[in-house]
Amino acid sequence: MTRFIAVRLLQAVIVLWGVSTLVFAISRLSGDPVALMVPQGTPPDVMARMRHTLGLDLPVYEQYGRFLWGLLRGDLGTSYVQDAPALRLVLQRLPYTAELGVAAFGLALAAGVPLGVAAGIGRGGWVDRAALPFMLIGQAMPSFWTGLLLILVVSVDWRLLPSSGSGSLATLILPAVTLAWLSLATIARMSRAAVLEELDKDYVRTARAKGVAPRRVILRHVLRNAALPIVTVATLDIANLLGGVVTTESIFAWPGIGRLALEAIQSRDYTVVQAVVLVGTAVFVLASVVTDVLYGVIDPRIELGDVSA
Amino acid sequence: MGATAGPLPSVRRGARPRIPSGALGAAILASALIAALGAPYLAPQSPFAQTLVMRLRPPATHGPGGTYWLGTDGLGRDVLSRLVFGARASLIVAGLAVAVSGASGTAVGMVAGYYRGRIGAVLMRFVDTVLSIPFLLLAIAVVAVLGPSLLNTVLVLGLTRWPRYARVAFGQTLATRTREFVEAARALGSGDGRLLRRHVLPDVLPSAVVVATLEIGLMIVFEAALSFLGLGVQPPVPSWGSMLADGRNYLATAWWLATFPGLAIMLTVLGANLVGDAVRDRLDPRIR
Repeated sequence: MTRFIAVRLLQAVIVLWGVSTLVFAISRLSGDPVALMVPQGTPPDVMARMRHTLGLDLPVYEQYGRFLWGLLRGDLGTSYVQDAPALRLVLQRLPYTAELGVAAFGLALAAGVPLGVAAGIGRGGWVDRAALPFMLIGQAMPSFWTGLLLILVVSVDWRLLPSSGSGSLATLILPAVTLAWLSLATIARMSRAAVLEELDKDYVRTARAKGVAPRRVILRHVLRNAALPIVTVATLDIANLLGGVVTTESIFAWPGIGRLALEAIQSRDYTVVQAVVLVGTAVFVLASVVTDVLYGVIDPRIELGDVSA
Repeated sequence: MGATAGPLPSVRRGARPRIPSGALGAAILASALIAALGAPYLAPQSPFAQTLVMRLRPPATHGPGGTYWLGTDGLGRDVLSRLVFGARASLIVAGLAVAVSGASGTAVGMVAGYYRGRIGAVLMRFVDTVLSIPFLLLAIAVVAVLGPSLLNTVLVLGLTRWPRYARVAFGQTLATRTREFVEAARALGSGDGRLLRRHVLPDVLPSAVVVATLEIGLMIVFEAALSFLGLGVQPPVPSWGSMLADGRNYLATAWWLATFPGLAIMLTVLGANLVGDAVRDRLDPRIR
């Protein structure tokens, strides 16, 4: 197990290195990175001086080396617009995004899994028939639209909850529901499919034939085996969740890293955009390491084997 | 990143809906396509014509330009006409982006699966890397550098969404390359390029098509999301995403502005997803 975790962490480091290389390459797409880092209308001599201070007049491989070395020391560059280290700016906002993300993910799991399992067990029954259109429509609703509709109904019409702000439970509810919605539908759908897949298997028939109580068949046999694909989909969905964070934070004026990235684009503060991408990816990569470790716990058959193929 | 277990089963097992949902989806998608292609003939008004005296009128208001069935926006433009024209941005971006990502991803996956070894390992690691970047964040980084436009939206989506095809093509190519007809063709003197194109590609294509149909819906959402954030298609060109962003400013006064564009996105995505599911069930039930 320890070796398994070590290898997965090593793979994660390789992926993060790849991502930072990609980010480095993207920042060079425009030709002049300095133009992306300073407010419009900055005098050319200031830009020239910056180019020199940042080492942008060095050969590319040397710039790349400095970039990586900086990352290793936790230096993600400096925001010249806000005159602060980019990493610090991102870390200041990260707790808000984490709060929103955890609330949404918890909500999606807490509602999605039972819904999908109930639909799968009672295949063709009323729960199933009611759940299917809900899942299909839920999966087709872009989260930014869900958010606007919620504001329209809950905040504007009913005047129940605030449409923006942060810091209290009341302000968390709408953004969390918005962000959870899509994942909820996806998780419910996949949980249903996973349960159906397991119900068809021989061991279920055997268990039933030897007289195991129906409830026990579901709880002890089916759910245990269905858990693996459900965990997979749920974690893969964290990536979608992180994507949804940007639009959701924008709609509800939630002060997380998604809104930070948008503000940074508007103020031409590319270093911060870059830092958000790197931190966001690191979070996601760590989440998938955790999933793979969870696999080992859920399913002892999974050994160190190449999980990525 | 390695978060994949076995392939997941199709959803549509058991309960068969009475209307074939694939056909329903195809009908929805076809309507969107017709709206996009025939926009100048179908839209009751110009999507750009501003009638300032008719600002923010609710649906089914009569006015000088005719009836505004879905109301008007803050500049007095007909919402229905803008929706019809908005189908263009949506479908053009989704279609091109699927083509770009599908072709490049399939090619990478086939090369990796065919040569295996070091090339394959490096390529597939790269695939894992791109897969593990939260997509919208990557898109934002690219748009921040290149600037927002329709073409850049296609570019961003095309360049970020190819790894899924690569995964699928890689697996299929590994299976196909040892098949007898490939061996036979090689024995007859086929070069690698010809082998890949004539013998391996036809085997890989069905799976790639399945992924492509499932991706269309996602692409529509992503285009709308980028435009919503002001990073995609730029005004005044009508796009469903930017219409929603616009409607957001009038939530308290004009509910229709934030309702109908979202409905258009949802229906189109639903149509694309239903078609995707149907194609998947028919061609390749083992891909999620």
